[in-house]
Amino acid sequence: MDKSEKFAFILSGLLLVVFFGAIMYAAVAKDIDVPTCITDMDPFERDTLFQTGPDTYELQMVARMWAFQPSTVRLPAGTTVDLYVTSQDIIHGFKIEEHNVNLMAIPGAINYLRVKFDKPGEYLFACHEFCGAAHHTMAGRFIIEEGLDEAETEEDV
Amino acid sequence: MSTDLFRFTKSSKTLNAVLIIIPMVLLFIGVYGGLMQTLFRAGIIQSDPFVGGDYYKGLTFHGVLNAIVFTTFFAVAFGNALVPFALKKNLNSKVAWASGILMLVGSVLAAITILMGEATVLYTFYPPLKAHPLFYIGLTLLVVGSWVAFYNWVPMYLEWRKENKGKKTPLSVVGIFATFIIWFIATLAVAVEILFMLLPWSLGLVDEINVMLARTLFWFFGHPLVYFWLLPAYVMYYVFLPKMAGGKLYSDMAGRLVFMMFILFSIPVGTHHQYMDPAIGAQWKLLHGIFTFAVALPSLITAFTIAASLEHAGKNNGGKGLFGWMTKLPYFNKENWFFPYLILGLFIFIFGGIGGIINASYQMNTVIHNTAWVPGHFHLTVAGPVMLAFLGGSLYLIGQFMNKEIRLKSWAMISPYVYTIGLLIMSYGLKIGGLMGMPRRTNTGASYANPDSILYQADWMPYIDMTVIGGVLMFIGIVIYIVSFFTTVFSKSRSDEKDAMVTFPISESLHDEPATWLRNFKPYIIIAIILIVLSYTPVIYDVITTTYGGSLPFSPDSPVPLR
Ligand code: HEM
Ligand SMILES: [Cu+2]
Ligand SMILES: [Cu+2]
Repeated sequence: MDKSEKFAFILSGLLLVVFFGAIMYAAVAKDIDVPTCITDMDPFERDTLFQTGPDTYELQMVARMWAFQPSTVRLPAGTTVDLYVTSQDIIHGFKIEEHNVNLMAIPGAINYLRVKFDKPGEYLFACHEFCGAAHHTMAGRFIIEEGLDEAETEEDV
Repeated sequence: MSTDLFRFTKSSKTLNAVLIIIPMVLLFIGVYGGLMQTLFRAGIIQSDPFVGGDYYKGLTFHGVLNAIVFTTFFAVAFGNALVPFALKKNLNSKVAWASGILMLVGSVLAAITILMGEATVLYTFYPPLKAHPLFYIGLTLLVVGSWVAFYNWVPMYLEWRKENKGKKTPLSVVGIFATFIIWFIATLAVAVEILFMLLPWSLGLVDEINVMLARTLFWFFGHPLVYFWLLPAYVMYYVFLPKMAGGKLYSDMAGRLVFMMFILFSIPVGTHHQYMDPAIGAQWKLLHGIFTFAVALPSLITAFTIAASLEHAGKNNGGKGLFGWMTKLPYFNKENWFFPYLILGLFIFIFGGIGGIINASYQMNTVIHNTAWVPGHFHLTVAGPVMLAFLGGSLYLIGQFMNKEIRLKSWAMISPYVYTIGLLIMSYGLKIGGLMGMPRRTNTGASYANPDSILYQADWMPYIDMTVIGGVLMFIGIVIYIVSFFTTVFSKSRSDEKDAMVTFPISESLHDEPATWLRNFKPYIIIAIILIVLSYTPVIYDVITTTYGGSLPFSPDSPVPLR
């Protein structure tokens, strides 16, 4: 093996190690992780939103052809939400604009992430897995308002 | 030089020509679908003007015909060409025909069910969306046909080894065997998914299916699938490109190492497509992420080795200084029309490779998963380097197997440039759109890109329009290619003796080490199997133990299950 080849191999390896270190840093120091197995939750068929602490809520969301239930969620700014997502029929996808939340909604499984809403505004979530003829109409919004008294949800029919 | 020429039997030449021409027609239908998609997404059309049907039917045949049918046929034809050529042994043409016929029947069945609207399930066919059983049967036949082609090469190789003790297996054969070893192991999982899960369920023999399990088996296959696409292109980069550029392969050992590394790390990585899935422990996702980084290494080595080979060629051609060699490569020489297909692919792969590392980066996947970024990314890989290499390769092979002089060489030479410009524009639009939150596999024209819809997203529009411009250019590039291809096919054959022989530009190596530790596939296959068992046992365990209930089949048109 000639010198420049060896050098290139080592450099490539180092590059990947650095990238990998960045991933571990984000996971350990910044606590940014991907969804994992959820075993402490019973299957649910209907959506619910309830308060679990001064600034914390739990939201159980159901995806079905072709709507999210709930489709509009109003929350006060500064809220942290424990978000559970499942599907009642086929595979759907769920991603909240401008937030690090991206979850597959799959029948027979519950998916989970925690999300914090700091800035007031409207955040779209569009279904991002093909779920049939009207997939492109399946979407909803989080509406985050400063000083909102009570969180609420709406559904479209 | 006798080693540069090989006489194929007439029957295997005809077969190889068929294996290239028929998929080329299917590819054209598929690419037409791609053009229509860009128009749908911008709201320019609401239904397909020629084929009929909605966005998702088009997306299904686009994905299946381009990414599964065309690529599989090319890989088989390429192996049918290079294995006999490199080993100087003729194919068993009965077996080769049997494989070709299985593949053709399978592809046509799958294509018909899709075009009839009976299989609008996209190329990933995730349950509980259900396709017509003939769709699953068609895909199975295609895969089984490709296995048969591979079995046909194995005895040729073993015989060659016996007769050539101590000699290095030709690099092209190493590459093709690596491709098909990966393909064989990976397709076992999808065969299990189809034969034991999807097919009985779609026939109504069983009622319910475990969606997560099917999905996990699909991705066991789905990631190695990308290496099945990529490796024939790598064979061309290592074996053909240096010679076409006017130089030598910088390091033969690097090539062998790269192919063996792909055997090791191509498969235990599939869960990186499921980072956002439920019912799989995050620690196992991370493990698959680590192996994904390992499989990036051979591509980085390739980047170095090929760049060094091109530098050697450019300097041979009179290039001076640090970068002078770059200007001395045959970019616009129509007699060397094949070169642009490969060099442009390498250029595109810079972006494709960086994108791939981003996607693989565990929690960073959150930002892009299932957004338009993803098709932006894989058009820069499979529809870029792979497609260009396969198009160039197809034209070259058809010239060889039909004894034709390539017609309209300047068209053939210019096509990849037009395509590449279009591709860069389209992928840029898709990628930026994806970062803004635009979902993939979505007919945006009917909602997010429709000013009358409550879902209208004005800030996505410039990027949706870019995909139209890029898509039109790509389509024009393909049309230019198709004209040159079929003009060649229908031109008069050369008839003299010498031209009846088949030849390939096989590069010599600059550094040619013995590399005895890279001579045998067996240890690599065994380690690969161990890695697969280690990385997939916990994943399958999680999926089985944390999912509940089963799913009835659904059609894409109704929220009510079919049974
Ligand atoms: C004229 C050339 C092409 C154009 C304009 C084009 C355009 C597109 C567009 C707009 C999408 C849909 C994005 C979405 O809704 O998610 C797409 C998807 C796709 N394209 Fe292409 N494409 C072209 C060529 C190719 C080629 C040559 C391949 C070959 C491998 C390919 C493979 C795919 C695949 C696998 C998908 C994903 C389908 C799915 O998500 O189910 N495309 N293409
Ligand atoms: Cu959807
Ligand atoms: Cu992958």
